[in-house]
Amino acid sequence: MSAPSIPRVHFTELSARERAKALLEAGTFRELLGPFERIESPHLSPQGVVPQSDDGVVVARGTIDGSPAVILAIEAAFQGGGIGEVSGAKIAGALELALGDAEAGTPVRPVLVLETGGIRLQEANLGLLAIAEVHAAIIALRRYVPVVGVIAGPLGCFGGMSIAAGLCSYLIMTREGRLGLNGPAVIEEEAGVAELDSRDNRRVWDIMGGEQRVAVGMADTLTEDDPDSVARAVREAFAAGLPERHRSAKVERYETRLGVIDSSQELDGQKLRSIWAEERR
Amino acid sequence: METLNFDFPASRPVSRRVHVGVVGSGDLEILLEPLEDERALVVVRTSADGFGEVWRNVLDRFFSRNDVAASIEINDQGATPGTVSLRLAQAVEEARS
Repeated sequence: MSAPSIPRVHFTELSARERAKALLEAGTFRELLGPFERIESPHLSPQGVVPQSDDGVVVARGTIDGSPAVILAIEAAFQGGGIGEVSGAKIAGALELALGDAEAGTPVRPVLVLETGGIRLQEANLGLLAIAEVHAAIIALRRYVPVVGVIAGPLGCFGGMSIAAGLCSYLIMTREGRLGLNGPAVIEEEAGVAELDSRDNRRVWDIMGGEQRVAVGMADTLTEDDPDSVARAVREAFAAGLPERHRSAKVERYETRLGVIDSSQELDGQKLRSIWAEERR
Repeated sequence: METLNFDFPASRPVSRRVHVGVVGSGDLEILLEPLEDERALVVVRTSADGFGEVWRNVLDRFFSRNDVAASIEINDQGATPGTVSLRLAQAVEEARS
C-alpha cells in the first residue's frame, strides 16, 4: 500500500470564503452582501483602523446534501474575527431570514464557521447587541432545523460568540480548534500567570482544545483539519436531525457537573474527563 | 490610517471585477473593477502612515509593466511591497482569466 500522493489541504488554511465554498456542494456557492456591496464597518475608519469590504463575515447560500443551506463564515485574519455592528448584523440577519424560511415550511440548513475572539473592541456595545441578536436567532431557529457550528482553527471561539457556539445543536471541532468563554490571555491577565500561563500551549489545549471539549461533551464531533472531513461532519450533523434536547437546555446536567468539582483541588483535562465520565452514562 | 489616491495612464480594459486578499496582518485586500476611462484609478487605505512615496514607487513600477484600465481599491494592513505586487498581479490575472 502506498501513501496517497495528493497534497493535503487544510481547512484552517482556507479563507472564510473558501471555507464556505468547501462546505457547500460544488458549484452552488452564491454570496450575499459580498465585497462589492461594500457593507463595511462605519466605526473603524474614524478610529484609524482600516476596514474590510465584507466586514470579515461571508454569507453564502448553496446546498448541502441537496438541501438549501446558508453558511456564515467568520474571517479569522481580519481583526481576530472580532464581531462588530455590521459583521454581527450579517450573521443575525441571515439567521433571521433562515428562521422565516423555516416558519414558512422551507427550512434552510444554517452553518456557523466560528473563528473569533468575540466582540470587536472598537465597536464594543454595538457588537454586544449584535451578538445578543445572534443568540436569540439561534434559539428561535433551532426549534425547526439543527444549527451547526464549526470551530476549526487555532484562533478558536471565545467571548460572546462562545455562547453562540454553546447554543448550537451540534458543534464540530478540530484538534487545533479552541473553545472557551474567556481566552487564555484574558484569564492570565485577570487571574495571574499562576492560574494559567497563556503561552503554555499544551495546558491551554488540555483545557479548551477540540479533543478535550469533545471528550467532556462540550462539543459533539472531533474531525480532521481537511475540507472533506469537515464537510462530511457537517452533512452527518444535519442527517442526525434535531437533538432530543439541546446542550444548553440541559441545565440540571451542568449544575450536577459543577457540583461534583472540588475547586480547592488542582484540575487538569484528564482529571476532568474522569470526574465527568461517571455521570455521562 | 492614511488614504492615498493615484492615477496612472492605461488602455487595456479588464473583463470582470475581482476581489482578492484579506485585511490581515501583513496582507491587504484588493477590489478591482472595470473602468470606462483609459486610466488606472487607485485608492489605498493603509494602516501604516507616512509611506506615500513607497506606495507611489510600488504602484508606478506595477503599472509601467502592466497595462490595466481599472478602478482599484486597496485596504492594507501593513503589507510589504512584495506582497502588494503579488496581490495586484493576482487580481489582474483573475480579472483577465
